[in-house]
Amino acid sequence: MRAICLYLHIHQPWRYRRYSIFDVAHNHNYWYEKDYYDKQNNERIFRKVADKSYRPMLDLIERNVKRYPEFKVSFSITGTWLEQAEEWAPELINQIGRLISTGQVEIVGETYYHSLAFFYDRDEFQEQVKMHSDKIAALFGVRPRVFRNTEFAYNDEVGRWADRLGYKAVLAEGWDKVLGWRSPNHVYRVAGGERTRLLLKNYRLSDDIAFRFSDRNWKEWPLTVEKYQNWLNMDALRGNLINLFMDFETFGENIWAETGIFDFMEHLIYMWLKEYDNKFVTVSEAADFEQPVDTVSMPETVTWADTERDLSAWLGNDIQHEAEKVLYGMKDEVMRSGDQDLKDDWRRMTTSDHPYYMCTKYWNDGDVHAYFSPFDSPYDAFMYYMNVIRDFEWRIENLNQQRMKLLEELSEKQSLR
Amino acid sequence: MMKILMLGWELPPHNSGGLGVACLNLSRALAKDGANIDFVVPYEADHPDIKFMNVLSAMKLDPLFRYGVGAYDSKYVDQALIPDAPHEKMISIREVQHNYCKFVEEYLMEYKPDVVHAHDWLTFEAGILAKKNFGIPLVAHVHATEYDRSGMHGGNSIIHEIEREGLMLADKIIAVSQTTKDLIVEKYDIPADKIDVVYNSLDEEFLRSAYTYDSDDYKYLEAMKSLGYTIVSTVGRFTIQKGLTNLMRAAARAISKEKKLIFVFAGDGEQKQELLEMSARFGIARNVVFTGFVRGKQLRDIYQVSDIFVMSSISEPFGLTALEAAHHGDVLILTKQSGVAEVIHSAMEYDFWDEEKLADEIVAISKSEALKKTLREGIMQEYCKISWDDVAKSVKKVYNEVEKHKEFC
Repeated sequence: MRAICLYLHIHQPWRYRRYSIFDVAHNHNYWYEKDYYDKQNNERIFRKVADKSYRPMLDLIERNVKRYPEFKVSFSITGTWLEQAEEWAPELINQIGRLISTGQVEIVGETYYHSLAFFYDRDEFQEQVKMHSDKIAALFGVRPRVFRNTEFAYNDEVGRWADRLGYKAVLAEGWDKVLGWRSPNHVYRVAGGERTRLLLKNYRLSDDIAFRFSDRNWKEWPLTVEKYQNWLNMDALRGNLINLFMDFETFGENIWAETGIFDFMEHLIYMWLKEYDNKFVTVSEAADFEQPVDTVSMPETVTWADTERDLSAWLGNDIQHEAEKVLYGMKDEVMRSGDQDLKDDWRRMTTSDHPYYMCTKYWNDGDVHAYFSPFDSPYDAFMYYMNVIRDFEWRIENLNQQRMKLLEELSEKQSLR
Repeated sequence: MMKILMLGWELPPHNSGGLGVACLNLSRALAKDGANIDFVVPYEADHPDIKFMNVLSAMKLDPLFRYGVGAYDSKYVDQALIPDAPHEKMISIREVQHNYCKFVEEYLMEYKPDVVHAHDWLTFEAGILAKKNFGIPLVAHVHATEYDRSGMHGGNSIIHEIEREGLMLADKIIAVSQTTKDLIVEKYDIPADKIDVVYNSLDEEFLRSAYTYDSDDYKYLEAMKSLGYTIVSTVGRFTIQKGLTNLMRAAARAISKEKKLIFVFAGDGEQKQELLEMSARFGIARNVVFTGFVRGKQLRDIYQVSDIFVMSSISEPFGLTALEAAHHGDVLILTKQSGVAEVIHSAMEYDFWDEEKLADEIVAISKSEALKKTLREGIMQEYCKISWDDVAKSVKKVYNEVEKHKEFC
């Protein structure tokens, strides 16, 4: 039996707007850019991607779920995406709910805010994972049993953590430098864990779709289903479980409908299932697909980004480190403030997209086209980010002062009495 | 070997700004590449360090008077106002240009260069003459247009006319930035494919010459720095093109958020009074330092003592001072309207009118060592990635294209 484990990641960050030093202490609106056509306008971006990607791809999935009981797919959906969908496209949540109730669609757990909290504050990390699980349970009545960390940032510690919490599996990158001669098409054990399995992304076959499909300079362009299925068959010779992990937005946003990506996917599902003993599995089913063949250990953090497969796109330069350090440094004060709005705003700033906008890796080489960001430069991104942080500091200070005043008034009243 | 007739207005050490520096470095690199260059200047003076080309003087004139009484003045008005002034000082720029043209005409009776390369409107008439009367391919090099000099509005219509004619008749145009190219296309109706963008590089003398910083020179600024102040500087003519009134307003806004800032305005010009008055009116006079006109070591000391260098120009064809400041370790803030912003990415940018963003950027840099460090590390990799040899290569490509035009004359 051969199986494809198709997993799609659904996420939108709350982009902070160009929040100026002159806004600090005056207004606390970081998320809603007034100008609809501004690059930081979250609503515009969400509605655009919803039209180009979420709606057509969810329709495609729903159609095929109805048509083929053997068609399965797994999603990870961040809390920040769900919040925005609730505001601007609640029907998408209903549709996902319908899909989950068929039993053919599974939800993967992660941090609510798509954050790098694991590397800064373990308590906060745990809290955000719980928040996510609660949100999924509240909306869809299920709880995730398989985990992925933000940007697939995995090391043995993540694996052991998941094992302790009883997750069936963790998703990670199937990076050659880690696997060596081993194939990503098998189920592995987490190093130092007991039950938790490791599911590794088949990055070549995943990226053929997610990155190369529309590349006219690629020698394999145009990619037909027949050709791709041939590759799947060849690859299955080194293991029968093929993990195709990618961003949901691959379909329609990163790769436009005009390239034929939707037709390709629809046809691929049909052609794959037509062959004898082929099927799709969800991530939980993939964990039980076979007995684990080996243990895979990643002492260093591996991600699914760039050729380096490390965290350098998020934590590579001084401004990125500074931004995260200052943010997590103020956590205790934020939590102590007892102000729920402040807590929510603070947590939205933990989203990993923010330090990504400050990445200068490609910037200095003049390869500014590789810079995907709503901001004009990494330095602008940092400047506005720090202004938001300054406003947090002001709010904390303001709350403290209010509290002091209240205490004074109370003690005055008591002494009068 | 290619024979080039270069038409310029100044060469170091008799220069007042970047034009002479750019001409010198470009000629040197071209000569190194094998070009045979005759360079015409309007005045008579020694250029002891220039051995790689012939410098020809068009007329007997002290270098100081090469701009005459200036393009914006009328000789007759000035004569009426100061009747005692010696005649030589009353020569008008048009007269200087007339003599310059006559010299070039005589030169061309005798020599047949392969290409005439004219720098800015000052020499365009001589270039046109070479093209029209002698059929020599003309390359017009635009370092600045009258629109740049006048802050994008108005300007002298005679100069506009000379620029237009030169640009129309040139076989090929070299613009020092995409910004300048776009301006030539838009304001002078020149087809874009006739214009090549060739960026300038840093002055080789500047990089090569020995320089040691003397912390005694700006003792006050050093003392303030040790008290935690951030030094923000700008260098240039105090004229509308440079957008300095916007910088002054931004300074006041920045100081309202961060007291420990000192702004150094280095230079001189007709806006000096206005800027002084503004700083007093905004109540920030204590935070603003005027140095007067500086050059050489004094200028480099300013770069050295500053943390942030601002190029606030409303329009800046290139903006070499930004690269010089970067060489001295300054962090850069550039207007999006300056050409240098096209080649430099490790800098903060703003639209020249966006005082709020400029203030925001100044405060952000002064408050964050991490931002300062990241910007500085980036700019250090970037600021001298273009060499004059690269510039010469691009210019030679232009020569090779226009040389073919000779057959059609």
